[in-house]
Amino acid sequence: MTDQTTNSIAFVADGTIPPSPPPAGETGPIKWLRENLFSNAVNSVLTILALLAIYMILARILPWVLNGVWTTSSLAECREVLQGKVGACFSVLTERWNQLLYGFKYPVDQYWRPNLALVLLLVAIAPVLFFDLPRKLLAFTAVYPFLAFWLIWGGTILAPIVALLGFAAGAFVFQTYGKSSFAIGFFGAIAAAFAVWIIGGALIPEGASDNAMLQAVPSRDLGGFMLNLMLGVTCVSLSLPLGIALALGRQSDMPLIKWICVIFIEFVRGVPLITLLFVASVMLAYFFPPESTVDLFLRVVIMITMFSAAYIAEVIRGGLAALPKGQYEAADSLGLDYPQAMRLIILPQALKISIPGIVNVAVGLFKDTTLVSVISMFDLVGMIRGPILASTEWNGVYWELLGFAALLFFVVCYGISQYSQWLERRLATDHR
Amino acid sequence: MSELMSDRQIDRSKMQVSDEVAIEINGMNKWYGSFHVLRDINLTVNQGERIVIAGPSGSGKSTLIRCLNALEEHQQGKIVVDGTELSNDLKNIDKIRSEVGMVFQHFNLFPHLTILENCTLAPIWVRKTPKKEAEERAMHFLEKVKIPEQANKYPGMLSGGQQQRVAIARSLCMMPRIMLFDEPTSALDPEMIKEVLDTMIELAEEGMTMLCVTHEMGFARQVANRVIFMDAGQIVEQNEPEEFFNNPKSDRTKLFLSQILGH
Ligand SMILES: Nc1ncnc2c1ncn2[C@@H]1O[C@H](COP(=O)(O)OP(=O)(O)OP(=O)(O)O)[C@@H](O)[C@H]1O
Ligand SMILES: [Mg+2]
Repeated sequence: MTDQTTNSIAFVADGTIPPSPPPAGETGPIKWLRENLFSNAVNSVLTILALLAIYMILARILPWVLNGVWTTSSLAECREVLQGKVGACFSVLTERWNQLLYGFKYPVDQYWRPNLALVLLLVAIAPVLFFDLPRKLLAFTAVYPFLAFWLIWGGTILAPIVALLGFAAGAFVFQTYGKSSFAIGFFGAIAAAFAVWIIGGALIPEGASDNAMLQAVPSRDLGGFMLNLMLGVTCVSLSLPLGIALALGRQSDMPLIKWICVIFIEFVRGVPLITLLFVASVMLAYFFPPESTVDLFLRVVIMITMFSAAYIAEVIRGGLAALPKGQYEAADSLGLDYPQAMRLIILPQALKISIPGIVNVAVGLFKDTTLVSVISMFDLVGMIRGPILASTEWNGVYWELLGFAALLFFVVCYGISQYSQWLERRLATDHR
Repeated sequence: MSELMSDRQIDRSKMQVSDEVAIEINGMNKWYGSFHVLRDINLTVNQGERIVIAGPSGSGKSTLIRCLNALEEHQQGKIVVDGTELSNDLKNIDKIRSEVGMVFQHFNLFPHLTILENCTLAPIWVRKTPKKEAEERAMHFLEKVKIPEQANKYPGMLSGGQQQRVAIARSLCMMPRIMLFDEPTSALDPEMIKEVLDTMIELAEEGMTMLCVTHEMGFARQVANRVIFMDAGQIVEQNEPEEFFNNPKSDRTKLFLSQILGH
């Protein structure tokens, strides 16, 4: 074999070379350390500096956390217990636990209602998030919004039932007429739903909520982390379909629809969310009939939904643009009509490409729900900045409270991000 | 190139051209902006014909067959496919598209669906075929293109030749009366070209009406009953393959043939 270079360029292998184990010292933790942390002088110095930084951070934080006081009833008492030592005053969390989670006005004996709503939420979103679960569970998902509304706000059960019936009527009309003409089905469905809502709303007797099974709780009594979760879940689930519709509208061949979508998206993206929230809290009333008092929660939901829908629309537009033209042509050439092509071919692929971007928007939206504290709604941050820090007992416990808020948000957002990574892996079918 | 299929005996018993007209194009013109791509196209295709369209790059071959199922719209003239005139009426367009199968150069399979789902999607949603029946039919055609064992894989796991055969099966599942091919073998390696051409020959042997844009002159000689030569947006010459290859009339055809066969 050695003379192949010297004698001639012709060469024929005279057998297969059997596989052999790697040389010793090429595996194990020592090798990993040497290769990854101390491969050369610069790398070693950086490793040592990083270890030093980690040590210094932990040396500050750990005693503070471990010495923490959990059972006093004011900051002054904390200081007495600690007697000048370093230590956190976590008592504020235990003492104000309910306020942090539910706000300070939600009736204490009714806390089971939002708790139950949260548990049912997990059941309702499970089949949406994990599509291996039986599809029948989606029926519960469809009913859940009305159930949750009834649980949290209480009052007469007729209101959510009328709302549900309106949607059911719309879905029925769409099922029946949408097959022959999408437009007739779509607008017929909207008309049917509004008809049911107006008639049903008029039929609900005055004062039906006064002696209802569940005591009515007005929106201004909602607060704490519960409010953040409610806003986050509602706005994400509303802004996804709206964002898809806007993205498709922006691609539409019909100039009117296209321009409405473009103007909406560009306008909403060009305005800070905070101004939209101020509009919601003071100015939106001008757009509704003067005698109607549209709920502040609803107004805020509309604004945040519009805001994130505009961003989601742009993310999805990127996904749509990334699809090769051939996919549209193949769908067309098989005779699929526009709604079918979108639903079966284009959107599944475009949404898959858009997952990281959509999750980005969803996480941002969820954190932005804390902005409602500036229009004097008492969400988690609103509670901390307002009633808790302003009280004489807890004036000055910033780190513990804000650290707790950060932790709660981190847990939820990290969960969302882990889910999206799982979803991406799960959907990776094309092996390109 | 032309010797690729010399080993295959072609059964011409069912390759019969009927009197029934499948496609009729009359005085058709098309512009892209101010660029006149198709000029005064007149063409009648009978049921059972196998037509090969050849011509230099940019001559409008793809545009012509894409007009036949309204992937491109024409601005002048009349196109009647299977008795239905192509107009702006969406109903007509959808009807024609479900009668006309199309196979693309780059396969255009749906990467998020399995092979079987690729084949059953249109029958289920467009033809409202029950799922079970659609799956049986899909398996039948997948067997015909000789890849039933890949049914549950995704397109990205298949070779180019296999993907193109799936694309043919996907079109056949709609039971089309006419098949359009736009350079179905141009993106493939030589060994794969043969497997795709064999599939197309089988289709021809069963009497399918086919319009095929291709540079495979061997296929044209053996299978086509008519070769159409296009240049600069117009039909320059058409003839039976024997005459077309051995005795071309126009200078442009001669030049083209000498370039494509002459080495
Ligand atoms: N969407 C378009 N807009 C403008 N011009 C186009 C468009 N599509 C094609 N053309 C032009 O029309 C002419 C014909 O294109 P076509 O794709 O039909 O050619 P072809 O004969 O199929 O060529 P090839 O063998 O390279 O596929 C070309 O000059 C091309 O540049
Ligand atoms: Mg072409």
